[in-house]
Amino acid sequence: MKPALFEYSAPQTVAEAIALLAADPGAMVLAGGQSLVPAMNLRLASPSRLVDIQHIPGLSGISVAGGEIIVRALTTHRELELSGEAHRANPVIREAMAHVAHIPIRNRGTVVGSLCHADAAAEMPMVLVLTGGSVVAEGPQGTRTIGAEDFFQFHMTTSRESHELVVEARFPVLPAGAGAAFDEFTRRHGDYAIAAVGAIVRLGRDGAADKVAVATCGVGSRPMRLPAVEARLIGTRLAAEDLAAAGEIAKDAVTAPDDINATTSYRQRVVATLVRRVVEKAAHRAGQGR
Amino acid sequence: MSTRAFGSRIKRTVDPALLRGEGAFVDDIPLANPLHAAFVRSPYARAKIASIDVSAARAHPGVVAVYTGEDIGVLDREMPLLIPHPSMTDARTQRPLAKDDVYYVGQTVVMVVAVDRYTAEDAVALVEVDYDPLPVEVDIEAAVKPGAPLVHATHPGNVAAYFVQVSGKPDETIPQAEHVTKIKVKVERSTAAPMECRAVAAQFDAVTGELTVWDGTQAPISVRGGLASIFGLDEDKVRVIAPNVGGGFGQKVLLFYPDELLVPMAAMQLGRPVKYIEDRRENFIGSSQERTQVHEIELYAKKTGEVIALRDSFLHDTGAFIPYGIAVAQVASTSIAGPYRIPNIWVEFTAVYTPTVPVTPYRGCGRPQSCFAIERAMDQLAEELGLDRLEVRRRNLIRDDQFPWTREGLLFADGLRVSLDSGQYAKALEMVSDRLDIPGFTAHQGKALSEGRYLGLGLGFYVEGTGLGPYEGGHIKVHPITGKVYVNTGLTAQGQGHETVFGQIVADQLGVAVEDVILVEGDTRAFDWGVATFASRAAVVSGNAIYKTALIVRKQIIHAAANMLEASEDDIELRDGAAWIRGTDRHAPLAAIATATNPLRYAFNDAAKAATQFAPASRHDGPPLDEGQHPGLEATDYYSPACATWAYGVHAAILEVDPDLCSVKIHKYVCIHDCGNMINPTIVEGQVMGGIAQGIGGAMYERIEYDPEGNPLNANFVDFLIPYATEVPNVEVLHLETPSPLNPLGVKGVGEAGCIAVGAVIASGIEDALAPLGAGKFRQTPITPSMIHAALVAH
Repeated sequence: MKPALFEYSAPQTVAEAIALLAADPGAMVLAGGQSLVPAMNLRLASPSRLVDIQHIPGLSGISVAGGEIIVRALTTHRELELSGEAHRANPVIREAMAHVAHIPIRNRGTVVGSLCHADAAAEMPMVLVLTGGSVVAEGPQGTRTIGAEDFFQFHMTTSRESHELVVEARFPVLPAGAGAAFDEFTRRHGDYAIAAVGAIVRLGRDGAADKVAVATCGVGSRPMRLPAVEARLIGTRLAAEDLAAAGEIAKDAVTAPDDINATTSYRQRVVATLVRRVVEKAAHRAGQGR
Repeated sequence: MSTRAFGSRIKRTVDPALLRGEGAFVDDIPLANPLHAAFVRSPYARAKIASIDVSAARAHPGVVAVYTGEDIGVLDREMPLLIPHPSMTDARTQRPLAKDDVYYVGQTVVMVVAVDRYTAEDAVALVEVDYDPLPVEVDIEAAVKPGAPLVHATHPGNVAAYFVQVSGKPDETIPQAEHVTKIKVKVERSTAAPMECRAVAAQFDAVTGELTVWDGTQAPISVRGGLASIFGLDEDKVRVIAPNVGGGFGQKVLLFYPDELLVPMAAMQLGRPVKYIEDRRENFIGSSQERTQVHEIELYAKKTGEVIALRDSFLHDTGAFIPYGIAVAQVASTSIAGPYRIPNIWVEFTAVYTPTVPVTPYRGCGRPQSCFAIERAMDQLAEELGLDRLEVRRRNLIRDDQFPWTREGLLFADGLRVSLDSGQYAKALEMVSDRLDIPGFTAHQGKALSEGRYLGLGLGFYVEGTGLGPYEGGHIKVHPITGKVYVNTGLTAQGQGHETVFGQIVADQLGVAVEDVILVEGDTRAFDWGVATFASRAAVVSGNAIYKTALIVRKQIIHAAANMLEASEDDIELRDGAAWIRGTDRHAPLAAIATATNPLRYAFNDAAKAATQFAPASRHDGPPLDEGQHPGLEATDYYSPACATWAYGVHAAILEVDPDLCSVKIHKYVCIHDCGNMINPTIVEGQVMGGIAQGIGGAMYERIEYDPEGNPLNANFVDFLIPYATEVPNVEVLHLETPSPLNPLGVKGVGEAGCIAVGAVIASGIEDALAPLGAGKFRQTPITPSMIHAALVAH
């Protein structure tokens, strides 16, 4: 469990980092290192060069502006979790963050690093999808904003070009009057989810849901919204039979084959259960907020 | 004695250093300019090796040597069969480096030695091995069927061993049964996963001809003997040291792992120290595992629930080789009747070769499997007869006045008879019932059910033969300058707290503080008669040996002190590091006595000066040492148990199953435990808690996954699920102390106790919780959420 040979660079600017990435297609970005370093030790990843962005000034911090929580690339999970400003802007982030590995890992792992790693069962990519967020990538040709649905392509695959550096992620604030919730099932506390579900619900004056977003991860090759589930719930009062029907629909989203932790059939049960419970909790919170 | 150390909750003396990172493990031993070993390992479960090309690896910068089976001289042989037994024919063991054939994924094929481990791993990737893969069967039930691919062509049906044991007259008794319960259970493969993986470092001194090996082993004396014999060295020229070792659980007592021979060989050949620090992946694919067994058990009972006979037939997975013989299966078969009288037993097993990591004892060693079989069967019997689960057990437990309860015809792993020596089984059952309010549970369960919550009661009773022989020794010497007490024994610790408990035993006898007793073990230069740490035996076997030795030294002290103080031996008492004339303030410090018993005239310190104020320690005419007398306060003695001493306990839990998520939450877990007299209740509880944590792993999480081609799928800590602290419930441990009549200290072993019953507890609890949903039976561990889901869907 020792990594293969690699070059190491510690650029001082984003431009320098991008130049290093552009010069070497085998280079990889090192931020918190919580996924990359173990992968290198197992020789599952053998980058020719590590571009360590930890020494670049200005890549840290959290701000809320323009209806978005802006999370710069070196922000750790724990910083975002503990940020009161971020929590007031969108409480689903802290709720989800409690499920991301364990505190020592959250102390070092970065939010943007997790997004770029794009594990199909990871929580923060799903939260970005749920909230309709985006990432900002800088490359030799300039800066572009990539919506979450376009960013996550497949398990551990994003639309980031190898010469691009993702400098920030943007999580929209929770819409006024809406409630949100997140839950997941893991076999052990802190593991990647067998299935996770997040929901944002807003109730109209008549008590029926007029806005519903539901997303899941761990059940397919990437985090995803569940449009058929949302369609079944919008306009309903989210009664038990509505939730149950939505849960049944959510089962169709499960494409993960049987693996050592869960059969496909069991994952369907979990995702159906979580859709019921999480949507109900989000609706309850939306109701409390009014 | 108010200050008695034995039985006290003295804090573990080893912990401060370990917690501050001041321990010295094999990888911490400073070596001058060491080389590092890494291995090319088989990627196939079964294959012929067509060719091996190491030229690129040899040419790689920084590589010092590359060894194939052709290059290792006397080591190119099958390694020893540790425990021969007539039930095995032509038992197969592994070669240090594979030759012609590979038998499991992970088997060592080539060793690379390089300037650092990074370079060694780079060079491993450069070795080209051409394999011709062969068909495999990893499922033991399929592996014994006709036509299954063979692991070893020499062993049709993949049968490594077949053995039947009979106690009583089962054939005559079975027809008298009024009820028969028959079930099939399975326990899956797990691994010990010690926090520190295995490690070995070696250094050869060409001037003195001495080979020194630091080995994270449970058996340094045996390793020393093996190295000396294989390399043709004088035993005194081989020193094996087990320094601090981070957990063993049985995995670190195999003679030998390939690296334990190859690393010393390389150190001798290359003239430089060589070390091999196993990484986690290698531990998963290269170090022994255990547990897979499939039992078909039958209980023959009266309508009252009294079981008059038992038949059990089981398959035992021994992996690709059987280096430890049938130990695991033998322990399982002789423990099969648990705490119950069941006077007539017929038990057979077939040990099966599979193309997987070899199997040797892992904490529990067959007991968790047999406990699971008998306890699940007792639950089933209760259900079929309409009896309460506790009641059916009450009617079968060995009564206090029936000990010793001997199962004639069953031979335990030590080759000696199974005789359960003592216990209060019925009381233990009542204690757990009281503690969990089991009589009130049905109402509690019913109320929860009316709220849509599924509670279950789990129960498991176990027995454990502990303290196996043949022997251990104790050596005690009171240091003549400092008066500190040095203690040696032949086995060694992997975190158990030997320093503390052996210190407590000695402190009481010699009247010194526990911290003034210094234990040196795990070093063949310090003491080299002994066996090893395994089979819950250290406290029983070494503990009693040290106790017996302490009694001799105590006599020496009293004799010398009586002379020095000019008093009668009967008037001498030992306390506070001195010998006192009872009822007076006249005393001689232990250091002075130790000095005075050594007829040397130099006065090194105040103790020596003080010694001159007393009368001589020894009174005789002639030379300073009388004929047959030895200088100082020192003795060696041994303890050799006549047979195992049997500990026992009962666990029960109240758990809740969420049928929507198929998750299990343990609300309360109670363990009633009896290991005879406790030397240190804190250490006993630590052992029990650790065992229960490993038991929870086996019951709900841990399964070594092989695909049909024999590839391990979860050889890492991401995918192999060891429970975290968040998954292990709070456990309440209550003690009973029934002294063992078999040894002077009245102690029984505790090392393996905790893990044995947990699978039975969890399975019975889940089964009970989900009975209202008709989920059926849970007779396989680990019980995963997917299995609960499948059971609910099948309904």
